Amino acid sequence: MSTEYEVGARETTEGRVFTVTGGDWGDVVEAAARADDERIIVNMGPQHPSTHGVLRLILEIDGETVTEARCGIGYLHTGIEKNMEFRTWVQGTTFVTRMDYLTPLYNETAYCLAVEKLLGITQDVPERATVIRVLMMELNRISSHLVALATGGMEIGSTTLMIYGFRDREVVLDIFELVTGLRMNHAYVRPGGLAQDLPPGAVDQIREGVKLLRSRMHEYDKLATDNPVFKARLVDVGHLDLAGCLALGATGPILRSTGLPHDLRKTDPYCGYENYDFEVAVADTCDSYGRFLIRLEEMKQSLRIVEQCLDRLKPGPVMVADKKIAWPAQLAVGPDGMGNSLDHIRKIMGTSMEALIHHFKLVTEGFRVPVGQAYAAVESPKGELGVHVVSDGGTRPYRVHFRDPSFTNLQTMAAMCEGGQVADVIVAVAGIDPVMGGVDR
Amino acid sequence: MSDETSGVPASRKEQPHREIPVEVVGRRQGMFGSQDSGDTSGFGGLTAPIALPGASSRPYGGYFDEVADELEGALEEQGLVVTDVIEKTVVDRGEATFHIAREHLLATVRTLRDDPALRFELCLGVSGVHYPHDKGRELHAVYHLRSITHNRLIRLEVTAPDADPTVPSVVSVYPTNDWHERETYDFFGLVFEGHPGLTRIMMPDDWLGHPQRKDYPLGGIPVEYKGAQIPAPDQRRSYT
Repeated sequence: MSTEYEVGARETTEGRVFTVTGGDWGDVVEAAARADDERIIVNMGPQHPSTHGVLRLILEIDGETVTEARCGIGYLHTGIEKNMEFRTWVQGTTFVTRMDYLTPLYNETAYCLAVEKLLGITQDVPERATVIRVLMMELNRISSHLVALATGGMEIGSTTLMIYGFRDREVVLDIFELVTGLRMNHAYVRPGGLAQDLPPGAVDQIREGVKLLRSRMHEYDKLATDNPVFKARLVDVGHLDLAGCLALGATGPILRSTGLPHDLRKTDPYCGYENYDFEVAVADTCDSYGRFLIRLEEMKQSLRIVEQCLDRLKPGPVMVADKKIAWPAQLAVGPDGMGNSLDHIRKIMGTSMEALIHHFKLVTEGFRVPVGQAYAAVESPKGELGVHVVSDGGTRPYRVHFRDPSFTNLQTMAAMCEGGQVADVIVAVAGIDPVMGGVDR
Repeated sequence: MSDETSGVPASRKEQPHREIPVEVVGRRQGMFGSQDSGDTSGFGGLTAPIALPGASSRPYGGYFDEVADELEGALEEQGLVVTDVIEKTVVDRGEATFHIAREHLLATVRTLRDDPALRFELCLGVSGVHYPHDKGRELHAVYHLRSITHNRLIRLEVTAPDADPTVPSVVSVYPTNDWHERETYDFFGLVFEGHPGLTRIMMPDDWLGHPQRKDYPLGGIPVEYKGAQIPAPDQRRSYT
């Protein structure tokens, strides 16, 4: 039997296990079927380009049909929640930003909103800090959705969509780099406000970026929205209706693709979202195509919100006035990236003993947060990102739990894929848009 | 009159001891919370209880009263004694927490989901918290429920002792909690009875221990940074 693929078989306690490399699915399935075993279980991933990171899909297939589908997760578990219990409250932002690495500013903001609720300083966060948070979050929504479209396109063979998506995401990442010093893992949003104000030239660059992105949005419509091949792959794939979404806890574009306009920015506004003018994108198709249309529309709405943010920006502080909470350090861009401002270090080291003591106490010891628990939720590009924070009155979190939307949404994979084709699994998972950094934490 | 003999006003006597509505989960020592070196501040002998916000009394404010009324009414209709089911209600920082007895959790969440006046359709998972010093109630399971119909959010809290770490699974009511309960089991050792397949989800299947319990060390190794040895995070000097 000479073929261009190789099937290795070995006996295990679970039965015969085939290891297949290369070749076409049809050949693979045929070869495995010849082995006189009616039940075939295929492990897709954890190292597979179309599984969005280290996701392992365990598919039981019959011919081309998936009869049962399960997820294996945990390959990217880094113990962030546990680690945060050994760091100060401020250091927590540097951890949460690494959870869902495509939506770092949402993780940071959600965490900071919860900490601020515990501190009772929600009302004291300066207006400018809140506007910049919204601005950065909405830019982040665009970059996250662009990756969802880009990788989703690549997985069904549309490399143009991939190139377009990553090209436009670069515009957003350049803005992030200018503002926070980093393209990802920003740790920009801090309890009480922001790490620092917008640098000179940022507003102009954001305005230009918004203009550029808006001029390119129609390219996605031209390339994909009415493309018959694209529609043939996405329409009616990954079907999940409203009852299924609520039972399985799916939120975000998956829930809105059933026609329910549930968006925390509208229903439970935070960061002053009630003052912005935007529409909630919905579709009524319950499928991957509807989710694609929603993401496209949400990017356009986010551009609107970003422009409104720029118009609202008024000069002012970006950190709470309470010196017992406000981070005393000042940052500056040095030759090796963002770091402590040498001018500020020189000032506190050389001229003010009190400032030095204050700085030292707040940086090494941190501030104390009153005993209690709080839950804060934001509408991340993937759905409801909830943070449950418990404090025992100490300088470190007693417990931080993230309800990551990717984690919950990924549970819908089985409901979407069982009974469908193997090739549709890829499309359905791309429609869920899971990011394993968020799933496994 | 007994009032005159004891010298205590009648109003005080009728309420012999007003319980302070707090829940002590630990004790803090010293001025700065440092434990690895001597406290030279002179306040090393200070101890203070770590007390979570205690039970609130009516009115709770906002929609919480309505939710509590509807829930209590619905539970009574089912023949349950409300005080047996809801151990206490805590309203703190604009959030309501209903502490539910674990044997009645399933009936409570089913009521919360199905009662038209409550209709909490969306469960936002379960978050475990380990309080090793909260004797007899070491493990807490915290649920957040969202009602899209009424635009409400509440929290349920259930406790279990370390000696019997079981809580009924709510997967039959909220299938979304399948993975959430597996995660909480994995990290806290809390066994959700009635879960369709309670296995580890993040840690390897043969892992020993439950990493997010407070008695499980963080671990780590010292690292060299700019010429100095920095100890592992849980070995560093700290001020809790």
